[in-house]
Amino acid sequence: MELIFERSVPGRRAVRLPTSDVPRAADLPENLSRPEAPGLPEVGELDLVRHFTALSRRNFSVDTTFYPLGSCTMKYNPKALEEAAGFFARSHPLLPFLPSGERFVQGSLGLIHELSRLLAGITGMDDFSCQPLAGAHGEMAGMMMIAAYHRSRGDRRRSVVVPDSSHGTNPATAAMVGCQVITVPTAPYGDMDLDAFRQVMNGDVAAVMMTCPNTLGLFNPHVAEICDIAHDHGALVYCDGANLNAVLGKVRPGDIGFDAIHVNLHKTFATPHGGGGPGSGPIGVKAHLAPFLPAPRIVRGADGGYGLAEGGDASIGRLADFFGNFGILVRAYAYITMLGRDGLIEVSEHAVLNANYVMSRLQGWYDLPFPGPCMHECVFSAARQMKQDIHAIDIAKHLIDRGFHPPTVYFPLIVREALMIEPTETESRATLDHFIGAMIEAAQLAETDPDTLRRAPLTTPVTRLDETKAAREITVCHPAG
Amino acid sequence: MSRSGYSPHTVAEIREMLDTIGVESIADLFSPIPSGLRARSFPLPEGMSEFEMLDRLEVRAARDSREIVSFIGGGCYDHLIPAVVDHLANRAEFATAYTPYQPECSQGTLQALYEYQTAIGRLTGMAASNASLYDGGTALAEAALMALRITGRKRLLADCSVNPFWRQIVRTYLANLDVELVEIAPVHGVLDRDAARALFDDRVAGVLVQNPNFFGSIEDFSDLASAAHRHGALLVSAVYPVSLGLVKSPGDMGADIALGDGQSLGNPPCFGGPSFGFMAVRTEHIRNLPGRIVGETVDREGRRGYVLTLQAREQHIRRHRATSNICSNQSLCALRGLVFLASLGKHGLVELARLNRDKAEYAKGLLGSVRGVVVVNSAPTFNEFTLRLPKDAETVVERLLGLGIAAGMPLVRQYPGMGDCLVVTVTEKRSRQQIDRLAAALEEVLWS
Amino acid sequence: METYFTRDHEWISVEGTTGTVGITEYAVGQLGDITFIELPSVGKAVRRCEIFCAVESVKAASDIYAPLSGKVTEVNRTLESEPEIVNRSPEGHGWIARLAVEDLSEVDKLMGRTEYDEYVRGLE
Repeated sequence: MELIFERSVPGRRAVRLPTSDVPRAADLPENLSRPEAPGLPEVGELDLVRHFTALSRRNFSVDTTFYPLGSCTMKYNPKALEEAAGFFARSHPLLPFLPSGERFVQGSLGLIHELSRLLAGITGMDDFSCQPLAGAHGEMAGMMMIAAYHRSRGDRRRSVVVPDSSHGTNPATAAMVGCQVITVPTAPYGDMDLDAFRQVMNGDVAAVMMTCPNTLGLFNPHVAEICDIAHDHGALVYCDGANLNAVLGKVRPGDIGFDAIHVNLHKTFATPHGGGGPGSGPIGVKAHLAPFLPAPRIVRGADGGYGLAEGGDASIGRLADFFGNFGILVRAYAYITMLGRDGLIEVSEHAVLNANYVMSRLQGWYDLPFPGPCMHECVFSAARQMKQDIHAIDIAKHLIDRGFHPPTVYFPLIVREALMIEPTETESRATLDHFIGAMIEAAQLAETDPDTLRRAPLTTPVTRLDETKAAREITVCHPAG
Repeated sequence: MSRSGYSPHTVAEIREMLDTIGVESIADLFSPIPSGLRARSFPLPEGMSEFEMLDRLEVRAARDSREIVSFIGGGCYDHLIPAVVDHLANRAEFATAYTPYQPECSQGTLQALYEYQTAIGRLTGMAASNASLYDGGTALAEAALMALRITGRKRLLADCSVNPFWRQIVRTYLANLDVELVEIAPVHGVLDRDAARALFDDRVAGVLVQNPNFFGSIEDFSDLASAAHRHGALLVSAVYPVSLGLVKSPGDMGADIALGDGQSLGNPPCFGGPSFGFMAVRTEHIRNLPGRIVGETVDREGRRGYVLTLQAREQHIRRHRATSNICSNQSLCALRGLVFLASLGKHGLVELARLNRDKAEYAKGLLGSVRGVVVVNSAPTFNEFTLRLPKDAETVVERLLGLGIAAGMPLVRQYPGMGDCLVVTVTEKRSRQQIDRLAAALEEVLWS
Repeated sequence: METYFTRDHEWISVEGTTGTVGITEYAVGQLGDITFIELPSVGKAVRRCEIFCAVESVKAASDIYAPLSGKVTEVNRTLESEPEIVNRSPEGHGWIARLAVEDLSEVDKLMGRTEYDEYVRGLE
């Protein structure tokens, strides 16, 4: 398909700008001026609409397709959230920084404050900051606070412990706060090996980072013990809250010993994923970490009004331009308000029901390295299909031809040929059955006609793409001219 | 029947599914969670219909004022947004997809991001762009880390006329690393070049500047780029993308890393987010870029297509040795930026930039002629400029707010020596009448 | 000239005090199509078992450990533009770097060809 740049015709225009009502200013001096206009496309509005509409049709999305991408929680995003977000799109974020300017944004400040309170109740934490702009950004906030906490006690700690099943963001975040990463292997029961964990713990460990439930979709029964061991060594325990949707109303990480958690509003609280973002990763902490929360804080005065507090000396400082991905905060607040206590409990129950249903229907067909019951997702292995030289990727591509977005493949790294399926609570049994049918068909084809799988997908605008060529002959911007 | 969520199951379906799984009840599925670890409480109100929820949120939103005439910017700008931006970017096929890990069924997002990267590359005059970062401030922090990584050095210089919030983010990002940030105090609203030159040596990884800077001044940093390169350091330049319709690009000035905030490209202020950060670099630094990158390739039939490329830099593969921990970015906001740029096109962006400068120059002339008011900037400006008032700026701004005008951003909290100064922002959305009203109100507040 | 191997699938051919380093056929098979070699800088001193460069394929990044201690004297610049040479000829034209070997007695800690082949068979 043509690029928008290839549709460009010199002299064509989509949008007309208002006529100026002021005199024309002198030109900028030559050394500050752009010598020629930037090479942007010149297209009409209908060209633009046809182009991007055509592009949109080359995408699978939750609204068009079942999208069981494990770990990403691709649930349905209720349309009412979009309407709610529209109420709040206008306010300028610097208004509350002007003297007595906060009175003009009481609605927005109040919403963030209220969302923080709700998230604290959901996770069992004492305080929240909604500033982090994505899950990994929340992790960074959390790890920075933990570093600051140790520093405030005159304690220099330089290492962070993660299980080998962790999200890549966990070790990457640890490195960004200047820590060494210690990786603990997974035991046969599917979580961090307790003995190995005990052996690596010492007074240099600043934090243990764990996903709860973990990336294999399992709830670690030893999680409280791990927290205790970590605390005995003076380390804090960080919860990667990516999988909070599995345990809403069932487990509160704050109750079982975690010191900090980020939540992914775009996963658990149904805000749209936007083709890769924006997400939002509010960070919650227990009281002992609260002084270190990012600045500025949104506070409620004695008169019930909301204002800003720059945060004390202990604060890790500013982490984002303003108050976080506010438009996403509005949607999540709308979702929590609408679903409420009963609705959120139903979310976790039906997410877990759907995952176990898929797991039990498919376990005869694919290897299940860590048997369930699972929580909100299940991780199969295509190791059995490897005998026919069929890989997880071939099964994934077959699913595309059957109209399903594939599960996450090759993660967690500790499962060979991993297929990680997260159905979410918003899918009907009929959809799950169709998907299960396509998975079974893939397993059968692996035996009877593996070439069909290797050729897939054939129903998409392009067949399999040459990723090696893309990485060797790097073209990331369309050449001009 | 579903109680209140968006789960479609009937009671009968749930029963059948439980039978298939071989358990009695949903509670059995939660049996791996020891009873001692169960939630002690779940203190939330009960749910409600979407109609009741929307009523509540509308009431809450109404507590924000919509009557303010705004002359504030400082990293978030009130620009026109063509209707086509909302219409196209809000298509659910874009909005409800995720990171395009499976390229064959994500060509829409991938090609759009490739087009976005192309637009950013051309706008900034750089060879390679990533597919977006969170926002301008975090992009600056990532650029700072990148300069440290590329040079293997431990010292950064920063012009204090760079957005002070953004510099705070850089300080936050650097706090736990064994590196040093040296901040250079500005003179007359521009970089103190003598001070900068005196600080260059072979320990410096890079120098961070912004164009136009927080005071609104536009500078040519070509000489700074040469000085940096002579010492093996990088020039990191933050830019305001709309200004690039008129202002020389960072690429043309010799910058090694260009970055900025993309909110002004088709994203509403929305109380500061979501926005997007952009980052573009010279070819030789592409493998050090943080975040996703889309690359062109071919399929088995030789047809052109797009994939996420150079993924071995990223956290999901390289883990603790990744170029950044970033995973989710701000794709949808970047898409808005692309549609915005394409809808204006080559000449439209120039026209938009000119409109901004014309309005701001008009305002600068008018406000600068108010008795006792002085324009601080010694350099040309784009759509923001700094005024020195004969009175305390916070007091004046507070009084003008009472008249329904957000006259500008007082500088005292970020620049303690500038208590009588404020930065005024004038976009194309401000009418001559509004500017005239601001001038009259300022005169009145100052002198009557 | 004698060639030695590590458990991490590097090889080193030693001639006099010069060691030529690369990755083995088995390593290449595991990595798949190699897209980029992050070459070490000439003059860099490395200790045995220390990371001294990295190899990237589409879906993996693999650190390369120095088989012996020494100083990097030369790198295979052709790999910058043609990383696929490592796929075609991992133990020939696809060599990565040459080292001035510091302590030849360290070869005792490495495997010979036969021993390495056996080790690889054990992994499969």
